[in-house]
Amino acid sequence: MRGTARLALDKIACVRGDRLLFEGLSFTLEAGGAALVVGPNGSGKSSLLRLVAGLLRPAAGSIARNGELAWLGEQPALDVNHTLSRALAYWADIDRADKATIPKHLDNMGIGHLGEVPVRMLSTGQRRRAGLARVMLSGAAIWLLDEPANGLDAGAIGLLERAVARHLDAGGIVMAATHQPLEIADVLTLDLGA
Amino acid sequence: MIPLIAILCRDLVHAFNRGGALLPIIFFLLVATLYPFAVGPDPVLLGRTGGGLLWVAALLASLLPLDRLVLEDADAGVFDQYAVRGMADETIAATKILAHWLSFAPPLMMAAVPAAALLRLDGDMLVRIEIGLAIGTPGLAALAFATASLTAGLRGAGAVAGLLMLPLAIPLLIFAAGSLAPGGTGALKLLAATSLLLAAGAPFAAAAALRAMRE
Repeated sequence: MRGTARLALDKIACVRGDRLLFEGLSFTLEAGGAALVVGPNGSGKSSLLRLVAGLLRPAAGSIARNGELAWLGEQPALDVNHTLSRALAYWADIDRADKATIPKHLDNMGIGHLGEVPVRMLSTGQRRRAGLARVMLSGAAIWLLDEPANGLDAGAIGLLERAVARHLDAGGIVMAATHQPLEIADVLTLDLGA
Repeated sequence: MIPLIAILCRDLVHAFNRGGALLPIIFFLLVATLYPFAVGPDPVLLGRTGGGLLWVAALLASLLPLDRLVLEDADAGVFDQYAVRGMADETIAATKILAHWLSFAPPLMMAAVPAAALLRLDGDMLVRIEIGLAIGTPGLAALAFATASLTAGLRGAGAVAGLLMLPLAIPLLIFAAGSLAPGGTGALKLLAATSLLLAAGAPFAAAAALRAMRE
């Protein structure tokens, strides 16, 4: 990781359609910091993550970050006709990551045995795990996870929590929007419904 | 640069794996096969109209893969992943246009040889058609990608994209057909200019469409 990861939001406002979702949102995450975005459906959890990811523009305020981004959206963005290893190898090429680490990351998410299975044969939960493996593989300092626990069983949620803890120990930053409880130490909770 | 090569290779593999390259070729050859049955085997008539016909077939063949050029990657969240990595939409669009061109233009130019034989076109005419295809297809590919980006996410996107693209492709067709006539070098230059304009402008139009899709 180059430099020290940092993510700072200053008085961010988000408007979708004609509706103001939130405004005046400020917080800073230093290296090793994590934030959980919670709130009822439609409160703007995903929009906040997309703002930070640069996929949406804020209506007001500014976002400063230092460090590469890894994004886990609704879709895992893996080629359904390729094997899982090959689909991940594509993103390793894009991120200039080490392809030799793919099996390790698959093991970390408990899908080490699925490397040669075409992505289209994977279940929802397995695809979610594969998407998380792609995030870990990227080597990016800042993880943005939109509902990372969706479709995951209890065992996989444990693996996710351990992977997040390792990433934070290594000086990374994690920001996740979730409606399921995730055990992360010293986490900043942003409740958009409050 | 390496990520862009990876994107180019992935798109090419996708195009060839799914018969994306084969389908336009078969369509192109089918038109050339059927036409003499419809108008009769008169070599003079075929010689006069065959070149223009091949250009109409090439134009329509370039429409065939329109519906999946952009929509699949958009649905799978691939464009979001590129954007998060800070890659400019214009660069992505230009790379994907190049991949689309590589997947259909060289096979089409090869298929033009048997197609010209089926229409009993002479060697001179074939050379003029090949030169026209080499110059005109980048414009077609760029136009196809920009149109596919604009219509991705609409219902019946394939049909709408075709309707939107055909009128815009008419200048290409006119200049391409004009370049087939004896002394058609003036038309060939206009074809090159049109193709260049489309190829240079399309990445920006497509990028604007991709950005609008994200909002």
